[in-house]
Amino acid sequence: MPTLLEKIWQAHLVHQQPGRPDVLYIDRHLVQEVTSPQAFEGLRQAGHAVRRPDLTFATMDHNVPTIDRDHIEDPISAKQIEVLRQNCREFGIKLYDLGSSRQGIVHVIGPELGLTLPGLTLVCGDSHTSTHGALGALAFGIGTSEVEQVLATQCLPQAKPRTMAICLEGQLQRGVSAKDLILGVIGRIGIAGGIGCVVEYRGQAIRELSIEGRLTVCNMTIECGARAGMVAPDDKTFKYLEGRPFAPQGKEFERALDYWQTLPSDPDARFDHEVVFDVSDFAPQVSWGTHPGQMTEITGRVPDPDNYADEGQRRAAERALAYMALEPGMPITDIHLDRVFIGSCTNARLEDLRAAAAVVRGKRVAASVQGMVVPGSQQVKAQAEAEGLDRVFRDAGFEWRESGCSMCLGMNPDVLQPGQRCASTSNRNFEGRQGHGGRTHLVSPMMAAAAAIAGHFVDVRDWFRQGKITEEVTLS
Amino acid sequence: MRPFEEFSGLVAPIDRPDVDTDQIIPKQFLKRVERSGFGQFLFYDWRRRQDGSLDRDFVLNRPRYRGAQVLLTRENFGCGSSREHAPWALLDAGFRVIIAPSFADIFKNNCFKNGMLPLELANELVDQWFQRVAAQEGYRITVDLTAQMLTGSDGFCCSFEIDPFRKRCLLQGLDEIGLTLEHESEIGAYEETHREPWQAAVAGQREEQ
Repeated sequence: MPTLLEKIWQAHLVHQQPGRPDVLYIDRHLVQEVTSPQAFEGLRQAGHAVRRPDLTFATMDHNVPTIDRDHIEDPISAKQIEVLRQNCREFGIKLYDLGSSRQGIVHVIGPELGLTLPGLTLVCGDSHTSTHGALGALAFGIGTSEVEQVLATQCLPQAKPRTMAICLEGQLQRGVSAKDLILGVIGRIGIAGGIGCVVEYRGQAIRELSIEGRLTVCNMTIECGARAGMVAPDDKTFKYLEGRPFAPQGKEFERALDYWQTLPSDPDARFDHEVVFDVSDFAPQVSWGTHPGQMTEITGRVPDPDNYADEGQRRAAERALAYMALEPGMPITDIHLDRVFIGSCTNARLEDLRAAAAVVRGKRVAASVQGMVVPGSQQVKAQAEAEGLDRVFRDAGFEWRESGCSMCLGMNPDVLQPGQRCASTSNRNFEGRQGHGGRTHLVSPMMAAAAAIAGHFVDVRDWFRQGKITEEVTLS
Repeated sequence: MRPFEEFSGLVAPIDRPDVDTDQIIPKQFLKRVERSGFGQFLFYDWRRRQDGSLDRDFVLNRPRYRGAQVLLTRENFGCGSSREHAPWALLDAGFRVIIAPSFADIFKNNCFKNGMLPLELANELVDQWFQRVAAQEGYRITVDLTAQMLTGSDGFCCSFEIDPFRKRCLLQGLDEIGLTLEHESEIGAYEETHREPWQAAVAGQREEQ
């Protein structure tokens, strides 16, 4: 009867009492520089230790420079990074520091290191912690007060969320990726469609996705308001985990496997909400507005606010179009770009870079466009370089950077200038997100790469049909 | 945490749905390592025009809403980033109560952790409050948390729902870390019985940085 969520929940109950939230044990706590300093300060003030430094792992990603690692121009950024170092030393926490070959965006390195495992509870002071659910873990973002709570107690009081099944049936077209899947879902259920829920993604399209594609889907679950997204672990999951540094090894892996195979939702499991989409007619998605629910397809047009029945939605669309400097009815393919950003915890894993490189190979970035590729981790960067992907990007005119969050939120010097328009593989197109006055269109890595070449949005499916892309691309 | 006692405050309306935490406090102000001092950056980009001057049209810049302590807004307030800097900025700017049809989950949690009250009311009621706030300058709302009642300065009132545990924490100013540590022996017992290698991160010494 129970769902994947319910099995994990039950297995982590430390204390249950009527009228109070359940107290859950937390198996892994990931820490980064922006949301942790006040939590460590709170520990010091209260005289608390970190209960399980061995289950706590830190890296710096939000503020880090992507060109010269040794020069952090902004003294406040430099201080925040230094404070994380000091806190990790003081409390005995493992830190993947800037010089480490394992540094990277916290949601890229967690799965990469095998810290994220099926059946675990994992938290981090970052909303995109939902990413890790792709491996069958219960993973969600928390605030700084909760970071302090987990550091001190390794537990978190939580009200049990409702369950939501999102079934994605059918087969994706060539040129349509995991990013388009999740953008399409958010466009359909809206950015508040998942409030109070944990989503389990199911169906043929999810089963057929690679692990990296599933990470992309779960990553953006927070953009529909749900705190966590999950996928039942399967053979792909187990194969992905085998041999990773923090995954169990040998006989222990076999024993873990026996447990992990019991985790998927029972066949007769009931969800509080269930939606089904046939994804075989999903086209590549492009956001036109200032939140991830304002979404259309590459074959579509900028919507006319007058067509919204709801007054609030109409005014929101009007404001978004004014901010984005777009005209109602304009074809999406007429939108020209100044910048292209391939990166972020959504789309900066190896398969993302391979997919973008397949589109770019042998072509040149349009003269009017500045293109930038920021690998999600130093491991991704090294693997991409070993495959020669960096050459493909550089030869085309892209910049090839060091790993970090970079222009997904622009806490480091990678920002849009006011009025600049960007095709971005990141996760949020909020006003000013990538830089004050910057205009963000959310797309997949293949779509971003094609837009960089053409200078405007194009339907990357056409490029496959026309033989402009000759490599096979894994679904991600 | 400061206990939440009976409270009355001037109301400011932000009539937009889906206000995200990037708007409440933009990323360039997240670099401080303290909890305080974020109020000056609240809605930074909305308060200012492109040239940096104050935008007199933005609601929180209008003299009639100066000193507001209750924020009235629309659905899905606080969506996006988990940054607790958002409630810190609101609190530091004087806001103690936020009324909306719905809130993003993480933002709502973060509010409670800081002794703030995020109140969810039905859409029609929120509409009512918007109309009353617009109609009367200096409009105030009194919050009686014990009785779960809101009363406007024109006498309009409504009740509200709140999770009983949240209510108790607010009223008594309870420290949730302290509450969890009451279960110290259960936490210890859990750890003793959950020592499988995939639970404890012990395998990871193979590959060092």
